[in-house]
Amino acid sequence: MKRRNVLVGAMAAFVSACNEVSETSVFRNLVDGAQSWHRGLHRALGFGRITMAPEYKASEISPFFRGNGSRDVDTDAYRKAEAEGFANWRLSVTGLVDKELSLSLEDIRALPQRTQITRHDCVEGWSAIGEWTGPQLSHVLEAAGVKEGARFAVFRCADTLGGSEYYESVDLDDAYHPQTIIAHELNGEPLPVINGAPLRMRIERQLGYKHAKYLTGIELVDSLTPIAGGKGGYWEDRAGYQWYAGI
Amino acid sequence: MTKLGKIKLTKRHALSTRIWHWVNAISVIILFMSGLTISNAHRRLYWGDWGFDSSQAWFVAPMFPGWATIPTRYSLAIARDYHVLFALVFGFSLLAFMLTALLNGHIYRDLFARAREWSPANVWLDIKEHLKFNFEPVEGKYNILQKIAYAGVVFVLLPLMVFTGMAMSPGMEAAWPWLGEMFGGRQSARSIHFICAFALITFLIVHVLLVLVSGPIRQLRDMITGGRAE
Repeated sequence: MKRRNVLVGAMAAFVSACNEVSETSVFRNLVDGAQSWHRGLHRALGFGRITMAPEYKASEISPFFRGNGSRDVDTDAYRKAEAEGFANWRLSVTGLVDKELSLSLEDIRALPQRTQITRHDCVEGWSAIGEWTGPQLSHVLEAAGVKEGARFAVFRCADTLGGSEYYESVDLDDAYHPQTIIAHELNGEPLPVINGAPLRMRIERQLGYKHAKYLTGIELVDSLTPIAGGKGGYWEDRAGYQWYAGI
Repeated sequence: MTKLGKIKLTKRHALSTRIWHWVNAISVIILFMSGLTISNAHRRLYWGDWGFDSSQAWFVAPMFPGWATIPTRYSLAIARDYHVLFALVFGFSLLAFMLTALLNGHIYRDLFARAREWSPANVWLDIKEHLKFNFEPVEGKYNILQKIAYAGVVFVLLPLMVFTGMAMSPGMEAAWPWLGEMFGGRQSARSIHFICAFALITFLIVHVLLVLVSGPIRQLRDMITGGRAE
């Protein structure tokens, strides 16, 4: 009995230590370091090539594509936009660019398109496969002309969750990645509302929370610190999710 | 045999083995408990590449209670922090142990079973001796059941945990796409990761119980100080 009590006590001490440790700055630094290590390994193990997320055959597409997080935008402006078939939706490109852009859906459809059948992995653990169509973000960035000093692309969204605006960000490595597209179609149809109509990002080498939905703007910045909670994304600010979501 | 080899043989457990044993024990426990939180975030398991609702699931894991999870109060973000940090400790320490154990002869000398040890008569004898709580090997450091258990954990379960974990990481899979294919898709890798985690925890429990019935003080002391080779 005594030994069991010692074990239970040791276990409780260990667990409460873990609970405490997760609040300390040493632990935060270790976790940030681990994140960089994972990212470094993911790039290094590609041995110099641009690493690509797997693409699938049409027969492998999931019959239904689950929507998660915001499944709708409950504002009058969005209801009106939806009723208009998003004919007046604009996507702005701002920040550290030579020429700010304001693109309509028509402009976006007129750009060279990429269609890719990829797997979407949610941080919670589930996956779904869908076919996405849209222009590569790199084309849009080239049209705007990214200024020297820009380090991140920030994605602005129309939806709010728990009273805060959704946003996300990636580094320029992922922004210029060939599979990073501004999707306006899912499985050959205009993007459904639950999946982010009319526009969403596809950041194929990272988890689902990076793939900002209901996209209204792309902003080029040199630092994420001044934006919202300063951690580079809605879930990063709110729940402490890792900014590099490739793990 | 070199001088170095002789010195090593005077200890029951080499220093590298002892360091790895404890680093690995801590990593496995933290990874398992934070893994239970991650399981709680989405309790269904699937085969193949994709799956998100009950019609595709082959298994629904129970909701693991707070006392078994890290952190105690549900936080997927903090659980993932522990998981991605200790995944590196776990993976690289395993790699270092395997290389060292290969070079110092531990794998060949102590873990590999010789042909005669595989004879049904020897295996049966060892099972009977285990049931009598006699764990002394007839020759060498470990008996056949110990060799099967230790080699199975070191060469099968632990590497499977590492590779199925890597296969689930989208950035890693982009670098090594064969990882996911090897396991039959990301959701299969996730299911195998879950199964192996419980196999490993079963090993851990049996391992601790057997230590408790075979002179726990001596066993623990030897795994810390090295003990003396018999």
